[in-house]
Amino acid sequence: MSTFASATLTPERPADEADLAKPRTLRNTYTGSDHAFRGITFTGGIIVLAIMLLVGAFLASNGIQAVNEVGLGKFLTTANWAPESNDFGIAAVLLGTVQIAAVALLVAMPLALGTSLFITEVAGGWLRKVLTSMVDLLAAVPSVVFGLWGAYMLQPNIVDFSKWISVWFGWIPLFQVDGVDPASPLRDTVPFTASTFIAGLVVAMMIVPIQTSIMTESFRRAPVGEREGAFALGATRWGMIRTVVLPFGKGGIIGGTMLGLGRALGETIAIYLIISPVFEIKFHILEKGANSIAAMIALKYSESNEFAMSALMAAGFSLFLMTMVVNFTASAIIAKSRSGADSEG
Amino acid sequence: MTVLEHHDAVGAVTGPVAADAPRTFLPQLDREPGPAEQSRIRPGTSGNAKLAVAGAAAAGLSMGLLLTVGIGLIPAGWTLIVSYLWFVLIYSALVFMREQYSAVRDRFMTVLMVSAGVTVLGTLALVIGFVFTRGQEPLAYWNFFSQDMTGVGPLSGLDQGGILHALVGTLQQIGIALAITLPLGLTTAIYLNEVGGRFAKVVRTVVEAMTALPSVVAGLFIYASVVMVITHQTNGFAAALAITVLMLPIMIRSADVVLRLVPGNLREAGLALGAGQWAVVWHVVLPTVRSGLATAVILATAHGIGETAPVLLTSGFTGVMNLNPFSGPQTPLPLAALELVRSPVPQMVARGFATAAFLLFVVLILFILARWVGGQEAGKATDAQLRRMAARSRQDLPRIEKNYHDFNYQQEKE
Repeated sequence: MSTFASATLTPERPADEADLAKPRTLRNTYTGSDHAFRGITFTGGIIVLAIMLLVGAFLASNGIQAVNEVGLGKFLTTANWAPESNDFGIAAVLLGTVQIAAVALLVAMPLALGTSLFITEVAGGWLRKVLTSMVDLLAAVPSVVFGLWGAYMLQPNIVDFSKWISVWFGWIPLFQVDGVDPASPLRDTVPFTASTFIAGLVVAMMIVPIQTSIMTESFRRAPVGEREGAFALGATRWGMIRTVVLPFGKGGIIGGTMLGLGRALGETIAIYLIISPVFEIKFHILEKGANSIAAMIALKYSESNEFAMSALMAAGFSLFLMTMVVNFTASAIIAKSRSGADSEG
Repeated sequence: MTVLEHHDAVGAVTGPVAADAPRTFLPQLDREPGPAEQSRIRPGTSGNAKLAVAGAAAAGLSMGLLLTVGIGLIPAGWTLIVSYLWFVLIYSALVFMREQYSAVRDRFMTVLMVSAGVTVLGTLALVIGFVFTRGQEPLAYWNFFSQDMTGVGPLSGLDQGGILHALVGTLQQIGIALAITLPLGLTTAIYLNEVGGRFAKVVRTVVEAMTALPSVVAGLFIYASVVMVITHQTNGFAAALAITVLMLPIMIRSADVVLRLVPGNLREAGLALGAGQWAVVWHVVLPTVRSGLATAVILATAHGIGETAPVLLTSGFTGVMNLNPFSGPQTPLPLAALELVRSPVPQMVARGFATAAFLLFVVLILFILARWVGGQEAGKATDAQLRRMAARSRQDLPRIEKNYHDFNYQQEKE
């Protein structure tokens, strides 16, 4: 921090006293304990950085063996996962991961936007405090608990809705479900279970808290002067939100949404409990059978030999790269939207 | 306190001053903090507006019940959704009868915002309620907490077997993880804030990105670096390391945010009094954010306890008590819940739900503890804390006054 930087002071003096007009340098003198403190904390920083860089390095070095075996191009385009017969690739799981994350984002983003506007603009006093606490609590709920809720409570109740969508909007390929006769009077919901859609819904509830807290933080920073200006010009509350809060919070909305996307891409156990894994490229999100990289790793690691493990490491590395890119971008957007908002108290 | 004179707003003495006794004026530290400032604009709270909401809600519910249960046009499961849609429609129409278009849009959007908040809160309540309801049966048996799963077959009743082994596993693993994370995380957070520089920026960027590290990737990393290279078997220590990799960025980030709240002029005051950097950190910065740092640690612990995917790859699975984290598989709570639920036997599934409910209970306790320790907002003192600080400060007064008297006495002697 700049507090400890050395500063130069130039006193105003008459020009003829040239020897006195030299700027006086103020220097920091660190004592022995200060040097020890700086050294020890610096070491801590290096260790943490090393651990974090080692994660990527280990995955890459372990995964490269499997990728070399089949070639990078084939690894990226093969849908099947059979390392024992050298026929494996991440095309299907990568697409599945992106589909689940997309469903989650589509559901979570409006929910988070509405909740954070509710917290900052509508609710007041104790209600605001309670809501903030509850959103933080939602973030702390373990993913296995979310997975159980999704598999045993949400799924039996949501399949009718899935069926309704596929009956009425089945002409759109995305909502098409094969092997179901809409005219049949039997309540056959099995083809609608364990789908991308249901996994996406559960993941959506898991990423709402992080999105909400980032958006809430950015909405709170919208300046009071502009808010009152909008009200003084006769705006309604929504008019004020549309013209002041949302434009000022744009960075927070985009950044928070992307942070949520990063979480959604890496979610494991909840998806693992819900989906029935398939290794094919498919776009029918309501249909039984889905997959994601993280769920595949959790599913396959126990039955893997050393080479298959190397293949899983390669898949893990691609997931790692994807989440890091998304997250770095999100952090940069949030940091940019925050700049200049802080001031020393 | 011996404040007798009248003094005006800036503290200048205006009344008669006794020449003989030197006096010290203190600000009134024991005064209660004043009430928070009311927000100046409070739109949309007239009685008419409230009645319109209530009326529209009643009408919407009636329409929903009529269309689903009454006529049977739509299946009964849709009652709530149909009622909600009718409520929004009727409410918008009600507002439209009295107000302009912009007001209608305002109310409509307000309804949507409230609905989003209610949906999120409702989901939280559903998740907690569902897991506790499904898991309540095994939780009623004391042996659930006092036994492990040794000798428990698929047909054993709920009065046999429990999760003591998983509880011990979680405690040992989170203990090891905290023993590594706590010093390393806090040191790094202090480095980022107090030392700074270009390298600190790099570390901060990497740590922020790592908060979104997929949990299963952390498990893979420890599997590749520890299990495959060093231990050659899954054990509790490897699981603890995997939890550490995930907890470390979370703790550093939240501690970093807390430390950022320390006002710069507090540090400058310390430096101006001649303290070194280390003395300022130890005597000024850290005491200021003690409660915030405690909150950061507790919340990171709550996240670490619930991690499932990394321990799935590194801890191994067993139903038997294992007190040694360095040898043999050692199952923690979330993994025990996962494995039990995947069993086809109903009693095992019930035990799995009970384990998840217990895990959720622990997380809830930690969360409440964090709120209680840290207050609502990190870095801000509650009223009670402010009063305690004032009381401590008043205890210093006699010492200061004594020094002052001694000083004057010595001067008079000379």
